[in-house]
Amino acid sequence: MRSSKTNTLLVKTPEGIAFSLLLAGPVTRFLAWAVDLACIGVLCSVAGTLLGFLGLINFDFARAIIALAYFVIQIGYGIVMEWFWRGQTIGKRLLRLRVMDAHGLRLQFSQIAIRNLLRFVDMLPSFYLAGGIACLVSRRAQRIGDLAANTIVVRNPKIGEPDLDQLLSGKFNSLREHPHLAARLHQRVSPGEARVALQALLRRDELDARARVELFEEIAGHFRTLVEFPPEAVEGITDEQYVRNVADILFRPQQVDRKEKAQAAVA
Amino acid sequence: MIIDLQKFIATERRHWAELESVLDKFEEDPGFKPGLEQLKHFHYLYERTSADLAKIATFASEPETRRYLEALIARAYGEILETREKPHRLVPLHWLFNTFPQTFRRHIRAFWLSVAITIVGSLFGGAAIAFDPGAKSVIMPFEHLQGDPRERVAREEKAANDRLDSVKGTFSAFLMTQNTKVSILTLALGMTWGVGTIIMLFYNGVILGAVVVDYMQAGETGFLVGWLLPHGSFEIPAILIAGQAGLMLGGALVGWGRRVSLGTRLRQISPDLVTLIFGVAVLLVWAGFVEAFLSQYHEPVIPYWVKISFGAVELCLLALFLFRSGRQSRSADTPNPQGN
Repeated sequence: MRSSKTNTLLVKTPEGIAFSLLLAGPVTRFLAWAVDLACIGVLCSVAGTLLGFLGLINFDFARAIIALAYFVIQIGYGIVMEWFWRGQTIGKRLLRLRVMDAHGLRLQFSQIAIRNLLRFVDMLPSFYLAGGIACLVSRRAQRIGDLAANTIVVRNPKIGEPDLDQLLSGKFNSLREHPHLAARLHQRVSPGEARVALQALLRRDELDARARVELFEEIAGHFRTLVEFPPEAVEGITDEQYVRNVADILFRPQQVDRKEKAQAAVA
Repeated sequence: MIIDLQKFIATERRHWAELESVLDKFEEDPGFKPGLEQLKHFHYLYERTSADLAKIATFASEPETRRYLEALIARAYGEILETREKPHRLVPLHWLFNTFPQTFRRHIRAFWLSVAITIVGSLFGGAAIAFDPGAKSVIMPFEHLQGDPRERVAREEKAANDRLDSVKGTFSAFLMTQNTKVSILTLALGMTWGVGTIIMLFYNGVILGAVVVDYMQAGETGFLVGWLLPHGSFEIPAILIAGQAGLMLGGALVGWGRRVSLGTRLRQISPDLVTLIFGVAVLLVWAGFVEAFLSQYHEPVIPYWVKISFGAVELCLLALFLFRSGRQSRSADTPNPQGN
């Protein structure tokens, strides 16, 4: 298990499989805490209003219960939410954060309780200074409570599902007219090269116009060195279209198979 | 080789969905105990999904599926590799009369260390007041302790009105919450390798020793014992137990003579720390109640011998509870060689 400079914790299972967890930084965590603080404020306000009715029976009793309720809400909010929502509070859920065991194991109640109780030290001397510094210095972005409880806070950013159908199909692919070359392309392109092509297509709208043209020119140039298609197959198509056709062949090989089978049947 | 993503996902998706549903069952019901066949199948699904993740990572480039599989493997990994016992359903009475005192006894050395630090602090505070009465204003944190004890006793014993009338409940709640906060801080300061906890215990001892010597020198020992013992018999041991927990935490950080990693040491003690601090909170609820409703009333309202007897009985019962309760199971009290 190691954490790289990119705030990623890599966990290797005994089966040799690695999975990575994105560690949450102090700013995101601070924002989540601010949301939680607001939630605690609202809960205290609601509890104060509701329990205030006990004042009709006895004013002193009502004030005592309200004081205890405030205390329990402040201390218990994080513990209860993280236990029942498996490592999330409202703030963490909004910012897509989650508390996890530092070794990827099941989160235990004692870990949740410890990390929340040790906020008392993280808050010292004020405004979470000790916790913030610990979070910045720690290799796994842990505050003091996390260090004691062996927990980490990970980020689960929402990744838009790539619409491969919209991206790759429904358009004429001139390269498929040459199935033997398409098969050769499939054979010669490494997974890493295919990944570059697909990622470039998926992120094309995020690029500046000039950068987009230059990037696809470079990628298309590289694929052209691997397999040379006849001029009639590549005539009049832009570099971006060329890369899209290459990705279509690489990630939808069954269509190549179908084409070959169809040609074999005709023959 | 680049895999055909659509075909691959279509073939494997049902296994992933099945693994996900098994994981949901594990997470939703902590008491879920699968049979051997179910466990074997769970393991099979885990290994199959692991292999799928390896394939996706090696032969394809589709971040969404990869992230999904990584998340699935991360959850399954936690269930498969976890060796700690699953938490049982909490039975409050069993926890209070068995788990808490057993945990206290399992780490008794840290408790005696906590007591020793407090005694040293008390001796220091007592000596400071005995040899330099002017130090009172520096040592005593509360204004009502800084005056002459004789004047205070005279004032309290002659009081015609109940100064806590209509605010006893509020005062009681304040004491409960305030003392619990101090106890949690005493535990949490264990993260300073125990130094912060030691300072807290020492300082508490200093105040206690100073107050005791101050009142004894003024000849108000009866008032002092009648005032402190009813709530102090629970409050002082509670702070000592919080100190015990803080010292355990500090001890785990220092890790003298233990051939296990820091993470493992902390992992070993964390359930016990939680048990102790929750036990402390229970003790402090009682102490806060007694302090507001009994300790603040003196002769002639309540004779001192009644208050002292009450406090002494409380102390004996607490000692019995902490040292004898839940002793049926001898192994539960056995000190953990890796623990404190």
